[in-house]
Amino acid sequence: MTSSPIKKLLEEPLQVINIGLESFAQELEAQQTGVIQMEWVPPAGGDPVLASLLSKLASHPQATTGDVDLITAANEEALQRMLTGEPVLVDVVPANEAIPSLSKHMILHAGPPITWERMCGPMRGAVCGVAVFEGWAPDLTTAESMATDGEFVFQPNHHFDAVGPMTGLTTMCQPVMVVENRTFGNRAYCTINEGLGKVMRFGANDQEVLQRLGWIREVFGPAMGTALRRSKGIPLRALVARGLTMGDEMHQRNVACSSLMLRELAPALAGNVADSSTLAEVLAFIAGNDQFFLNIAMAMGKAIADPARNIKGSSVVTAMSRNGTDFGIRVSGTGDAWFTAPVEMPEGLYFPGFSAEDANPDMGDSTIVETIGLGCFAMGAAPAVAGFVGAGAASEAAVFTRRMAEITVGRNPEWTIPGLDYVGVPTGIDIRLVVETNEVPHINTGIAHKQPGVGQVGAGVVRAPMACFHQALRMFAQNLGVV
Amino acid sequence: MAVVVNEVRRGLYLDSVALMRYSRTIAAMDGVVDAALMMGTPANKEIMADARLLDKEGEATGGGDLVICIRADNAGTAEAALERAIRLLDKSDLGSHNQATWHPRSLRSALEFAPDSKLALISVPGWFAAAEARKAIRHGLHVMIFSDNVDILEEAELKQQAKNLGRLVMGPDCGTAIINGVPLAFANAVPRGDIGIVGASGTGIQEVSCLLARSGRGISHAIGVGGRDLDERVGGISTLMAVDALDTDAQTKHIIIISKPPPPSVANMMMEKIASSDKEFTVCFLGVGELLLPDNARLATTLKQAAEAALGYDEVSPTFDPLSGVEPVPKNRKRVRGLFSGGTLCAEAQVVFRAAGEDIASNAPIEGTPTITEANDVHCLLDLGDDQYTQGKPHPMIDPSVRDDAIIQALNEKGVGVVLLDLVIGFGVHEDPAGHLATLLARARTGENPGLIVSVTGTDADPQDRAAQIRTLEACGIHVAPSNADAAAMAVSTIRTKC
Repeated sequence: MTSSPIKKLLEEPLQVINIGLESFAQELEAQQTGVIQMEWVPPAGGDPVLASLLSKLASHPQATTGDVDLITAANEEALQRMLTGEPVLVDVVPANEAIPSLSKHMILHAGPPITWERMCGPMRGAVCGVAVFEGWAPDLTTAESMATDGEFVFQPNHHFDAVGPMTGLTTMCQPVMVVENRTFGNRAYCTINEGLGKVMRFGANDQEVLQRLGWIREVFGPAMGTALRRSKGIPLRALVARGLTMGDEMHQRNVACSSLMLRELAPALAGNVADSSTLAEVLAFIAGNDQFFLNIAMAMGKAIADPARNIKGSSVVTAMSRNGTDFGIRVSGTGDAWFTAPVEMPEGLYFPGFSAEDANPDMGDSTIVETIGLGCFAMGAAPAVAGFVGAGAASEAAVFTRRMAEITVGRNPEWTIPGLDYVGVPTGIDIRLVVETNEVPHINTGIAHKQPGVGQVGAGVVRAPMACFHQALRMFAQNLGVV
Repeated sequence: MAVVVNEVRRGLYLDSVALMRYSRTIAAMDGVVDAALMMGTPANKEIMADARLLDKEGEATGGGDLVICIRADNAGTAEAALERAIRLLDKSDLGSHNQATWHPRSLRSALEFAPDSKLALISVPGWFAAAEARKAIRHGLHVMIFSDNVDILEEAELKQQAKNLGRLVMGPDCGTAIINGVPLAFANAVPRGDIGIVGASGTGIQEVSCLLARSGRGISHAIGVGGRDLDERVGGISTLMAVDALDTDAQTKHIIIISKPPPPSVANMMMEKIASSDKEFTVCFLGVGELLLPDNARLATTLKQAAEAALGYDEVSPTFDPLSGVEPVPKNRKRVRGLFSGGTLCAEAQVVFRAAGEDIASNAPIEGTPTITEANDVHCLLDLGDDQYTQGKPHPMIDPSVRDDAIIQALNEKGVGVVLLDLVIGFGVHEDPAGHLATLLARARTGENPGLIVSVTGTDADPQDRAAQIRTLEACGIHVAPSNADAAAMAVSTIRTKC
């Protein structure tokens, strides 16, 4: 006898998913039949080898144990670790206190590993500036020849529980903010956002830049650290949830969370900074920088993503970052390996006097926020940001979030988007879905001038290079014995 | 000499991203060197000064004021740009464009969006279609695969998988279905009724359902199964499931099965299935003239007969006379060239020609018909929708122009006295195939050409309107027969008429 699904097909109103010729969907629509048109693309961009690898991964015996296959279970575990993290901003300390191995002449940078020879202009400019700032070189020219002579040790922030925006340099004497994940006990670090204009994260290195860094080290960092220690830390999950409802996506737009953070910090600062003019300077520094919260969001992202690392069989991305030359990703099931490809150019809007010709290729560890479901993944919460690409409509912002949901394991039920009926931000990028749908993570980003010292010239959206995901998938499959 | 103009709007605040967009619009105007619309904060003023956009007026602004700065080739251009910028500010254009649309790329998102979806209609290239169908089945959907060029072993595996999950696979190469009143892919506007159709062929379903509709009867469901479902390797999995479904469907009283003749093993299963049912069946295995059937089933040798059997042997075209209007053709032009877009319509024409004792050949022969390479100087009936013609090209029902060259060739071929065509209308196909043919003939026909005989598969309720299509054809001197079988009979009568 007829099994019930076929009976339902014949008896209930027909709702169709149309995969292919759009005219079929148009005909159905014209007859008031419910139809969803898919934007079909050949699996794995039409690459038969990768497509076959994907289908083997879906059905290979070693990837399957009982009813739940290993990869699905591992990815669910990775997602749950991300969702259950309790990130709390607890302290500001000198970088070499947080990272004891951070010694003289050692420079942590954004992105996957890179040598001085392959660094882009802004990264080199920042290296020279930081060497002067740390007192390792008397001037920028000397700093540059020291770098050329190989006197500095370069390591990625990610290898030391740290992240940094744009050039992202972290050195021993800079203060770093400490975010503790209270669920898993791990900590992550990020330097303090210097503000807008000519700043070291965009490769600027003049006297003004170095002076500001000095003030952050001597005055601001210690004041904020004391305030945080006295207040027993500031929980970040709920704060970010509120920020999303106020129009932030935590990458290009942090004005709401920066304001909320100022509100949290101000009383504690007032109680701990005796000199009122210093207090005023400290408060003004936070109030004058819409992106103050970005670096906190980044440390939070690192603290949330790290517990999801090294889960056997998980194809979830645990880090994405760029050094201005290469884009790199790390995947849970492949441990500490970086999968890199040349970084792409952002598409966006430029400040007056600048154009795409001035732009440096994409840079920074800030992509950690997309890794945990914020930034471009949460674009639907921040329609104002959508203006950087396309026509700038709120509906386009929603489309970014929907597109990113195609490549994630799940959604974050706590971080929701009011304009999308409180749907959660898509979280946990699955490299299998990226390769299969041929849709790469998109990233909201600032654009640096390619010459060191000029600073930010625009902002926009950039795509993660697909090649990283192809490499990662091959290694991931190989690790599971699937070839 | 470049000109800089500044204008200040005091106390007007706009989001910086919106302003950057306006700046880009103004800067892109002809003759404008650079432009900025910004709030007059110290940091912004520094940027504008560095870009040599600021004059005294702009410099005097505060953070709450909006500054418009333009540097242009001449004063006129600068003024025009300033006016445009003011218009943008006064009448925001941000809401005026269309909503951005989004289409899911994966079934997972499509189902998140429309969780009540029941059927996936798949028309991607053949070598991807089976994989998409497998995904759809895994997501609990029934599938209709319009795509052809799917490997037959993959088809068998897919259908077995679907059967285990209680899901129906229509196709591959399934051109037509009508499920619960909804026409899918190539189908016609026919009324609902109590006759169910299971068809291995799209045009077969279309022809029969339209003939029934024109006789005032309706369709409960028409389930396509794909041309190879009855192949031994597939074993009629979908046909048997479809018959089961219609057998238990309360709306369906009579079931018509249309296909090529199945191999004995599959035929036996079907006969058992029919014998176990309480409903009446009409079986049309095109090319089979005799068959032992259970008591509740009748055999039809053509699609027209199948419709008539389901109607209780009422004629679908009682007033049609194949000899009426026939003009005799010269002795040296006694060959028919049939150019079909529907494979089953081609097969039905072969049945009619063979029954009349005419020698024929086809690229899609029914049992007993020689292939076109095996026979010379016979009537040639071609299926132009066959894989060999459609690979990398649209189907002739979607784009009739793929049949143009063959028609022109036939019109000018020595010995050809009649060109026999089918014209299939309905949903999903070309918007005006009769108009296309008329245009082609106006261009290609000379005085010496053979005559054309055409049938139109469709209904007056179809988007193209069958009556209107027929008027177009008749206006250019084409003979229009009421059914495909009648058209074939008319072609036979024509070449037999003596001068």
